[in-house]
Amino acid sequence: MRDDDNIDAGSDIVDLQIRLQIDDLITDYVHAIDDNQLERWPEFFVADGKYKIISRENFDAGRPIGVLYCDTRGMMRDRINALRTANIYEPHTYCHVTGRTRVRQDGEIYRARTNFEVVRTMQDGGDFRFAVGKYIDEIVFEDGQPKFKSRIAVLESRRVDILLVIPL
Amino acid sequence: MDARNPDTLSEPLDWPAQGVTRVPFRLFSDEEIYQREQEKIFRGPVWNYVCLEAEIPKPGDYKTSFVGEIPVICTRNHDGAVHVMVNRCAHKGALVCPREHGNGSELTCVYHAWTYDLTGQLTGVAFRRGIKGKGGMPEDFDVKKHRLEPLRVAVLFGLVFATFSDKTPPIEEYLGPRMMDFVKRSFGRKVKILGTQSQMTYNNWKLYAENVRDAYHATLLHTFYTSFNVNRLDTDGGIILADEKWHHVSYSKRDTVSNAPEYANDKVHAAQYKTTLEGPHLLDRFDEFDDGITHTIQTIFPNLTLQFTFNSLAVRFFVPRGVGKTELLWFYLGYEDDTDEQVEIRLRQSNLTGSAGLVSLEDGCINEFVQRGTHLCGDVNSFIEMGGRGVESSEDSRATEVAIRGFWEGYRRIMGFS
Repeated sequence: MRDDDNIDAGSDIVDLQIRLQIDDLITDYVHAIDDNQLERWPEFFVADGKYKIISRENFDAGRPIGVLYCDTRGMMRDRINALRTANIYEPHTYCHVTGRTRVRQDGEIYRARTNFEVVRTMQDGGDFRFAVGKYIDEIVFEDGQPKFKSRIAVLESRRVDILLVIPL
Repeated sequence: MDARNPDTLSEPLDWPAQGVTRVPFRLFSDEEIYQREQEKIFRGPVWNYVCLEAEIPKPGDYKTSFVGEIPVICTRNHDGAVHVMVNRCAHKGALVCPREHGNGSELTCVYHAWTYDLTGQLTGVAFRRGIKGKGGMPEDFDVKKHRLEPLRVAVLFGLVFATFSDKTPPIEEYLGPRMMDFVKRSFGRKVKILGTQSQMTYNNWKLYAENVRDAYHATLLHTFYTSFNVNRLDTDGGIILADEKWHHVSYSKRDTVSNAPEYANDKVHAAQYKTTLEGPHLLDRFDEFDDGITHTIQTIFPNLTLQFTFNSLAVRFFVPRGVGKTELLWFYLGYEDDTDEQVEIRLRQSNLTGSAGLVSLEDGCINEFVQRGTHLCGDVNSFIEMGGRGVESSEDSRATEVAIRGFWEGYRRIMGFS
């Protein structure tokens, strides 16, 4: 997946409509997670879409294993089913803040990079900057809609505080 | 009176008469006992895991690590031998290696450029003869008399251990033959690092040491396992304790699941849910052994766990970061001769464990729940009698807390809490 970092590949996009659709995808994605509409999360991906959370340290070293990995929508749905019915954790919510997206076109694939920060708020009101990093995305259009072919959340820190159950 | 005698704790600890079936909750939050552990356990006669050989493969490679809370440097010398020494300059005590990884022919303290070879021996001191004939070290200064504090080292199947104590027996003896067999099973081939994680948890290190020996909780708290028939107590399996009791192996054979009625009758939360995965290839696996064992968790006292869950091989190194804080360092591994497909399978299965592990993420919070639940609780003890009160291997059942009792037997012995 290291090659997916190739954000400099491709060319600038002149079609503003496409850029707006990609911006909306990236914004809708984080709003769905922040609003606890987690069942929508897999639908932002193509059926065999890949999702990975990995620390910068491992990403830069080209190591495959990070914190979480799904390589189909099915695996993503299992994640959500598990956190709804099986996993046990203290209730908490996320608030994502994203930076401006830089996107380029590489054939049929749009390559995007967006910085993010996620604040996690626990049930007792304690909040904490849980994750900071960048999304490295490959986006394709399916029936006129942009979907993630691949989304890698590269974390600045190797350290996960307590646990990670809600996707970033 | 010997200052190390437990009787000299400012508040004496009286272990309950029931022995290792009761553990004073105070042990998880008492700062004085925590300090005593650093001295008696981590600086004592134990083999502390420090790193993987795969992290320092080439001569000149170094990596920093910890023995308890003490910072150490692990090096590979020019002759290939591994050395471990305290990361503290013999001059003014600064960290000699502030970087976690590196490679060089020597180690130089950044503060005053005192230089050590890769075994930790001082080789040079800046301005030793002074400048322009003035200043400098006294005439009788001898570099040979100064070095980084060394630890004894044992390298076992690519795992590097170190000890401060002359009394620690050879590692083979420390582990014993049964434990050695399982270390060899997992690490008998050359490993490569596929990824790492750090998970910060807010609990005393011994709560994780208990948790990872706790076969009773595994299928109750980690409900994903049970729901999807990944690992249940009604599969064949058992628990083997080392002769010293403080190390253990828990193993199971998934292909023997028998759907015991107790899971339904006892209203086990985990058994209530759907049992199909939409991404069942999560559990795709390949056979690496012919013994039928699909799952092993092995502990080596004081703070190492070796995991082989299906094809997910990992080292979990849990480092105390204060009386109420523990950092879990995860090293996900494959073998050097893995095919791309085997790496992909290990990658998918890495979802099972770790800080986001489908069957382990709860461990990030459950030990904290105990830490919080036992805070300022006074003279109250835990109750550990599942599987009886004995401390012997349980080769036909994992519905037991025997390995936890084994931990506490070892802990009491080394701490002098008799």
